[in-house]
Amino acid sequence: MSDRLAMPKSWHVESKPHKFCPGCGHGLILKVLGEVIDELDIQEKLVFGCDIGCSLLAWDFFDADTVQTHHGRTTPVMVGIKRANPELLCIAYMGDGGGYAIGAQHLVNAAFRNERIMVLLVNNTNYGMTGGQMAPTTLPGQKTETSPFGRDPEETGYPAQGPEMVAAVVPPGAYVARATCANMKQMKRFMKKAVENQVAGRGFSFLEVLSTCPTNWRTSARQTWEFLEKEMAGYFKTGEFTTPGDRREK
Amino acid sequence: MGTTVKIAIAGEGGQGVQALADILAEAANDEGKEALYIPNFGIEQRGGVSLAFVQIATEPIGSPKFRHGDIVIALSERAISRTRQYITEDTLLVYDSSLVAPPEVDDEAIGLQTYDSVAPEAMAGAVSEQPKPGKVRLTRRAGRVVGIPATDTARQELHPRVFNMIVLGAAVRAAGMVKMEAIKKALESRFKSKFAGNPGLRELNYRALQRGVELVEAALAREEVRH
Amino acid sequence: MQRTLPFSENRVFVTGNEAVAWAALAAGADIMFGYPITPQNEIMHYWTRLAPAYGKKFLQTEDELSAGFTTIGGVLAGRKAFSATAGPGTVLFQEPVTMAEMMRIPMVVIIQQRGGPSTATVIYSQQEVNLAAFGGNGEGWRVVYSTANHQELYDYTIKAFNVAWTYRFPVFVLGDGYQAKMRESLVMYDPASRGMELAPAEAVVGKPGRPGSSRPAVHLRNAFSVEEELYESIMPGEEEFRSMARRVVEHDEEGTRGAELVIISHGVVSRAAVAAIKRLKEKGIKAGYFRPVTIRPFPEEALQRAVALCPRLLVVESALGQLARLVKEALFNRPVESFDTIFRPGVGITAEELVEAVIKIRQGGTTCV
Repeated sequence: MSDRLAMPKSWHVESKPHKFCPGCGHGLILKVLGEVIDELDIQEKLVFGCDIGCSLLAWDFFDADTVQTHHGRTTPVMVGIKRANPELLCIAYMGDGGGYAIGAQHLVNAAFRNERIMVLLVNNTNYGMTGGQMAPTTLPGQKTETSPFGRDPEETGYPAQGPEMVAAVVPPGAYVARATCANMKQMKRFMKKAVENQVAGRGFSFLEVLSTCPTNWRTSARQTWEFLEKEMAGYFKTGEFTTPGDRREK
Repeated sequence: MGTTVKIAIAGEGGQGVQALADILAEAANDEGKEALYIPNFGIEQRGGVSLAFVQIATEPIGSPKFRHGDIVIALSERAISRTRQYITEDTLLVYDSSLVAPPEVDDEAIGLQTYDSVAPEAMAGAVSEQPKPGKVRLTRRAGRVVGIPATDTARQELHPRVFNMIVLGAAVRAAGMVKMEAIKKALESRFKSKFAGNPGLRELNYRALQRGVELVEAALAREEVRH
Repeated sequence: MQRTLPFSENRVFVTGNEAVAWAALAAGADIMFGYPITPQNEIMHYWTRLAPAYGKKFLQTEDELSAGFTTIGGVLAGRKAFSATAGPGTVLFQEPVTMAEMMRIPMVVIIQQRGGPSTATVIYSQQEVNLAAFGGNGEGWRVVYSTANHQELYDYTIKAFNVAWTYRFPVFVLGDGYQAKMRESLVMYDPASRGMELAPAEAVVGKPGRPGSSRPAVHLRNAFSVEEELYESIMPGEEEFRSMARRVVEHDEEGTRGAELVIISHGVVSRAAVAAIKRLKEKGIKAGYFRPVTIRPFPEEALQRAVALCPRLLVVESALGQLARLVKEALFNRPVESFDTIFRPGVGITAEELVEAVIKIRQGGTTCV
């Protein structure tokens, strides 16, 4: 089949077509991850953990051992697996709510401890699965179900800068970056480096990817890409982050 | 039928209350007795009275803490106040007479324990009355009250540091359930390296234990005479 | 490394927390995840001191949620992982434990009960019965052993690992602050020297082979799209829980036959009950004692049998009726008048109190609060 050829080998064919909404960025991100899994040939050692939220739909996405956990708790489950069997490669897949709100303490402490796992966090500026509520990453003025008149930074603060926060607290050896669905080449480069960082056992790996949510943004295809490339890009700078360790090395 | 001896030990922080309770229970256990030691722990704070519960028995031990002690050992004025609730007519109260004046057993105050028969206002009045300086008033009459000059004896005859060994000796004599040999064995295992480095230390501790025994015996003998 | 236990049989005089750490070692535990909370801290203290010599591991997590979920991760990776907690920590543990219930992940957690609600005291209570047995958004698919002394702490901690890894349900050992901090004697032993077999741990994820080609990938989930899907998933679990329940349920009783009154208690309070019936016997009063060892599953049939002919029951606990609720449910057809209770949340109960209470009840009084 021709579309089978387009799929990464590590994808679980029986669960395709996948369950994400049309225009959602999850499919793109998981495609890039699939390619990286293939290229680095890590399928046998991989344990993929998915959070609750839209990420839960990835529970049978790969032909890789996968654990669906609770909202915010994928990081500690992956930490437990890695600590118990350091041979395995653990990727915790979550949204901005899971990583920056309900599971923020786990993210921060995994970063403090330089846990040898990777956190892959999808930032789409809202809680998608629950119907489009305000997230820590919602942009100022952005309308959501719980900020119907637009997010007012006076009242609810500014969008969470996740990679910036993680980069500030990790010890040497960590890898921290932000990518976007609008730049697949860069995303793949960062994704590969993040995975390789864990393979090398250097330290904590953290990649945030800016993504799209036309369903809850209530945007057309054109508006969706405009929001991603203009609005979101204005607040969230893509690139690799200098960590304290890097600075010390210099 | 088995016997159980319930011992409450109280003192100021640094007096070694927990250590001596622990050693007493451990020695009893080594002798093949049933033994239980539990510290009265809580939210950590400085300046409180340190309280330990020990039970030594020839049968399985019930609840870890108890309402009334067969022996209450109080090593400071505050410790006597703190342990009041554990004292009954059957209790042997041992206190350090070098630190406090003898506890005053006040017959009026004793009546207060029968709450049913005392009018609330009379109780309130009695409760608000301050104890006389240097005296500790017991609201319950202890069966026997013996004062031992543990601090003075440690300072004058031995070494201030072995104060709690004197008290331990007193406790062993008062409890009558544990042989001194078992106590010495427990000390040996606990202070093995210290004793090895300074054999004189072993002798000093043994003498302190012995003094504790003698002090209680002397005090009990005085009690006998008085009655 | 990986040294075996330094004893086959060893009579010791230790705290309950130390007994638990040794029991976990004896049970073949590999890794502990924990977060500090009194009165369980010394379990971690002893474990971290034992761990290096025996090739074991430890991680201090950021909170009890993390302690629970890292424990689950460790188990999925094929290790015998465990944790210990108390009070507000037991509340946070409900979330990971429900995941273990749903996904049939074996898990052992030692609970050393402290006072509640809120921060309350760090000392002692029996107020975590409800939480241990039925906490979480589920059906209470857990085994709860309520221990009364150090020997039981040791025995049931070993048993907890075996039951968890045999039946794949979470298991709590329900101790308390008194048991945690007191010292008394027990015999620690190497299970092998008594011919006990330890249930093996098996990896769920990361097994050999290439997922999707040489073996199917493991896809574990706890979220379902449709109602019926959940129902279909739960009912076999309930069936397995019930069938396990028949095999693991345990109780203890003494002098219930022909008793004019039976004292019902659990955990450390049972020590007072045992001592009380002995003293009552000396006074010519025939009182019995019944104690659920497993709070969940509850020994309902055994209790019904034990008290069927007994006119009066005295339910005693350091809580306001958490045990009594389970007792009354098991004895639902008994007249309310036949129950007396002593409820003392957060404080200990002595044999003397029980003796006095029983005498008062016989004289026509009541102890109900």
